[in-house]
Amino acid sequence: MSLSLKEVLDVAALARIGIGEAEARAVQAELNRIFELIGRMQKVDTEGVEPMTHAQGLALRLRADKVTESDQRELFQSIAPQTEAGLYLVPRVIE
Amino acid sequence: MLNASLKELSASLAAKKASSVELTRLFLGRIAKLNGLLNAFITVDEEKSLAQARAADALIAKGAAQPLTGIPVAHKDIFVARDWLTTCGSKILSNFVGPYDAHLIGRFNDAGAVLIGKTNMDEFAMGSSSESSFYGPVKNPWNADCVPGGSSGGSAAAVAARMAPAATGTDTGGSIRQPAALSGVSGLKPTYGLVSRYGMIAFASSLDQAGPFAKSAEDLALLLNVMAGFDPRDSTSIEREREDYARDLDRPLAGLRVGVPKEHFGEGLAADVGAAVEAALGKLEKLGAKRVPIELPNSSLSVAAYYVIAPAEASSNLSRFDGARYGYRAKDYSDLADMYRKTRAEGFGAEVRRRILIGTYVLSHGYYDAYYLKAQKIRRLIANDFADAFKRCDLVIGPTSPTVAFRIGAKTSDPVQMYLNDIYTIPANLAGLPAASIPCGFGAGGLPVGLHLVGNYFSEAKILNVAHRYQRETDWHLREPTGLAS
Repeated sequence: MSLSLKEVLDVAALARIGIGEAEARAVQAELNRIFELIGRMQKVDTEGVEPMTHAQGLALRLRADKVTESDQRELFQSIAPQTEAGLYLVPRVIE
Repeated sequence: MLNASLKELSASLAAKKASSVELTRLFLGRIAKLNGLLNAFITVDEEKSLAQARAADALIAKGAAQPLTGIPVAHKDIFVARDWLTTCGSKILSNFVGPYDAHLIGRFNDAGAVLIGKTNMDEFAMGSSSESSFYGPVKNPWNADCVPGGSSGGSAAAVAARMAPAATGTDTGGSIRQPAALSGVSGLKPTYGLVSRYGMIAFASSLDQAGPFAKSAEDLALLLNVMAGFDPRDSTSIEREREDYARDLDRPLAGLRVGVPKEHFGEGLAADVGAAVEAALGKLEKLGAKRVPIELPNSSLSVAAYYVIAPAEASSNLSRFDGARYGYRAKDYSDLADMYRKTRAEGFGAEVRRRILIGTYVLSHGYYDAYYLKAQKIRRLIANDFADAFKRCDLVIGPTSPTVAFRIGAKTSDPVQMYLNDIYTIPANLAGLPAASIPCGFGAGGLPVGLHLVGNYFSEAKILNVAHRYQRETDWHLREPTGLAS
């Protein structure tokens, strides 16, 4: 299989990564080489094989529904690009 | 002192032959002298390190020292450390000062160790050469024209060049073992889940595992004793009894069954690496081990499966870097979507962008079964191969990397060639097994060769035992790079 230029641009849009058409062409060639490598998987018969999502087959632990964290808003917002009145600022979304 | 083992350093501190402040100054001096050449550290902060050293000296004076109290340790810049710049090798975190300590950092702090600096790495740990760092490539201490391996190349180079007696790293597809091999030091990736991922910046969460770098297996055991342990803040942290990973170091090897996978000695393995590994296997036989030919028939598929699973998980993990709450934000943008697109295009390097695109594609509608699900089935086949092998042997041993260190720039234009560096290391990540690399000789250009030891789940003490017995009989791990300013 190979990715078309449009598919590369669509995937970049989904991933929220700005990409120009020239760069998209270069990336397209690289991705297609990588997908050639990945494509080796398709030759193997995996009928009936149980997918392995995780190395240890753990069940998720539950915890008590209790507050365990203290308020650290000021500390965390001290490294934010832009804040005001305890809120993170981003460009206006709703007019 | 620069060449001393952790045990020797600890004994010197206990006997008051040296203070932690003196030891810390010694290694800071070494970093000041060599970092211009090697670029192994992104951040060094003498005042912070010396403050920890003074606190360690106070503990030692009170008689409250633990095994690593007062000993300098370098940490990969993937571990968030409070008040330390933590970049993960990326521009997008170029202004990120840690607001808290990663679990691993907390463990070393509690042990009284000194944070000697944050080490350079491939951006977001995506790479096998430490060339993709926003902060410039790391150089191999054995030959500064070559890569040190990656992604934890800064940590490996720091230990090799004696800029730190020990260091930490992370291993998603080989990022501890491959740089350990290429830089001539010892490195261990523990069983998945043994060391908490809390505060370790995520790449591929079902594979990421932290581990130590040091000059010897004995030192690795002391470091793992500090790092390992249950942490409720990591949902995949394993609850087990604490163990002493140094307990079996001296156990004789008589009767040890060493599985030798034929797939790891075939096409692609450089002759110099193959010869050094063969000699090491011969040495283990002399020490009483028995060689058992084994097969890992699906291991050739590991790179393909890995380059679906790891990018898929990365594309999800790295969606948090959006310029809204922390890190870099693009300067000019028209609206929120444009802010995201520009921030991520400018903040991520080429390899990271490439992997996010692969991951986004394989997880997108209509492709999930063909890629992600298929890769997880192959992951099962690879884990089954090891399960079968461990019925017949105690450890699987072979080369860590197909070649010795390559020249800087040699593989940067060909991602697939770069990915194939990890062909022998990726299977252990997919299966979640513990594995180490230890020095076993030198190949072309006088560059180090690594021996790869893979064990069954939770067999770290066994791996370290075999590595230690080998290191008692050989001196490859004691060799240090020549030509560096002493």
